[in-house]
Amino acid sequence: MKKYLSTLIICLVLAVFFVVVQLGINNGFITGYWVTNLYLVGINVILASSLNLINGFTGEFSLGHAGFMAVGAYSGAIITANLGLPFPLAVIVGMLAAGLTGVLVGLPTLRLRGDYLAIATLGFGEIVRVVLMNIDYVGGASGLRDIPFVVNWPIIFFSVVLSLLLIRNFICSSHGRACLSVRENDLAAEMMGINITYYKVLAFVIGAALAGLAGVLYAHYYTVLQPRDFSFMLTFDVLVMVMVGGLGSLTGSVVGAVLITVASAFLQSIPELRMVIYALLLIISAVFRPQGLLGEKEVSLKILQKLGGVFNGAVGSKQTH
Amino acid sequence: MALLAVNKLTKAFGGLVALNNFVLEMEKGELVGLIGPNGAGKTTVFNLLTGLYQPTSGNIVFEGRDLRGKHPHQITKMGIARTFQNIRLFGNLSVLDNVKIAHQVVINYGLIPAFLRIPPFYRREGEIEKAALELMEIFDLKKYAHEKAKNLPYGEQRRLEITRALATKPKLLLLDEPAAGMNPQETYDLLELIKWIRDEFDLTIILIEHDMSLVMGLCERVLVLDYGSLIAEGTPQEIQQNPRVIEAYLGDEEVAAWEE
Repeated sequence: MKKYLSTLIICLVLAVFFVVVQLGINNGFITGYWVTNLYLVGINVILASSLNLINGFTGEFSLGHAGFMAVGAYSGAIITANLGLPFPLAVIVGMLAAGLTGVLVGLPTLRLRGDYLAIATLGFGEIVRVVLMNIDYVGGASGLRDIPFVVNWPIIFFSVVLSLLLIRNFICSSHGRACLSVRENDLAAEMMGINITYYKVLAFVIGAALAGLAGVLYAHYYTVLQPRDFSFMLTFDVLVMVMVGGLGSLTGSVVGAVLITVASAFLQSIPELRMVIYALLLIISAVFRPQGLLGEKEVSLKILQKLGGVFNGAVGSKQTH
Repeated sequence: MALLAVNKLTKAFGGLVALNNFVLEMEKGELVGLIGPNGAGKTTVFNLLTGLYQPTSGNIVFEGRDLRGKHPHQITKMGIARTFQNIRLFGNLSVLDNVKIAHQVVINYGLIPAFLRIPPFYRREGEIEKAALELMEIFDLKKYAHEKAKNLPYGEQRRLEITRALATKPKLLLLDEPAAGMNPQETYDLLELIKWIRDEFDLTIILIEHDMSLVMGLCERVLVLDYGSLIAEGTPQEIQQNPRVIEAYLGDEEVAAWEE
């Protein structure tokens, strides 16, 4: 009973948030610049949480996220811009293409560990970028133009919610536990009957497909794609969101993505100091909170209830004085 | 038919022969001890039996099936489980999750139920949790269900390793130095525990151990390895008298000194 109640509360909060933002956009309370940043927050939440599935939950250090996002963005854009097919098909094709690339990249590289995997996936991202630059069909270096502008608040909102739900359901299942066991001790996991190659590749593919989704959304909001949008810096930004939020915490990724995106939006107005402040924030968080804001913990209603209890208790004790 | 038949098993790492023509036949329900000085190749035997290494030559037949070319996770599914000399728990996960993960070899469900949370998900999750908790109850670990495994006291960690191995429902259990780092009382408790689980879970057990009181108190048959070769085999009493075993453990000169 209590479980249904908490689900209901979460749905209610999300619904209210959705309607309030939608009304804000309709009535012009949220201006163009902040609408862009709002959508960017959504895309970054998907990117950060899917990278966290690979790096945080399965413990494989991948730096290929920009590459997967590019694959999704370009293949989705080809569907709508070049072939004139509808947007939902672009989403499906974008996710499939990125997921399939995940299999192809994952199978050989996931045998590597730590730094080596990072270097291999980093190389993959760069390969994607350079290849795209040299294909005239997608505009080469000057980019792919005239992608239909489709993305709006409902599409962003439901993409984010569904992505998070998907990752959460995966992590809280036997398959998610198998991924966690691979992170904790791959040898012991194998001895307990876990097919570690399968689970490494599986997490990698789900992460890649969701990065592809983020790419499709990105393409159909900005309507222009250039290979240089998907440089290593993009992966780095996403990685920072994951680290700041906490490796292995899904809610941490959401917090990290929101914080970093909003912070860089505010810092746009002082471009000369932007990177300095950004770097300082990173150093401070690495020194004082190396495990990330949330560590491995999740924010749930239970914790909020506890906090609420403490708060009520404090208020109550004040009243008795 | 023997449960396990190891036939002229050899493992070489380049020029180093870690295990040479190892032969072992085990009937169901046996409890065999594997002893020998450090570096004699005992853990190599376990690594070969569990598929972590592939043999250079020779073969392993378990329940009539050849284990060559099988992956470790496939061998676990066939019914061989092990514990490790240096504890290898999933440290940051809860004790309950440690046992649940191992039990997933026996009960599991597909990806679709996991993503969509349709009824099979809840039913199977319930079954996994119930089985894990029952097993933890037997080993007195239920009270730690939601503790992180790495925060458990050392002895309890050892017990969790055995519990986790049993959760895969093995027929053959390989225990790699289960008494390492235990005091005499804990070792004695462990001895009773191993005897009990063999009968209760209908197990066949191979035990690597340096603690002779445990080996002598438990095993019906003891195999002695030295430099990768089997140098003796017999009852604990026979092994204690065997001059080659004494030589392997103490060296020639000491034996000579003793005799003087």
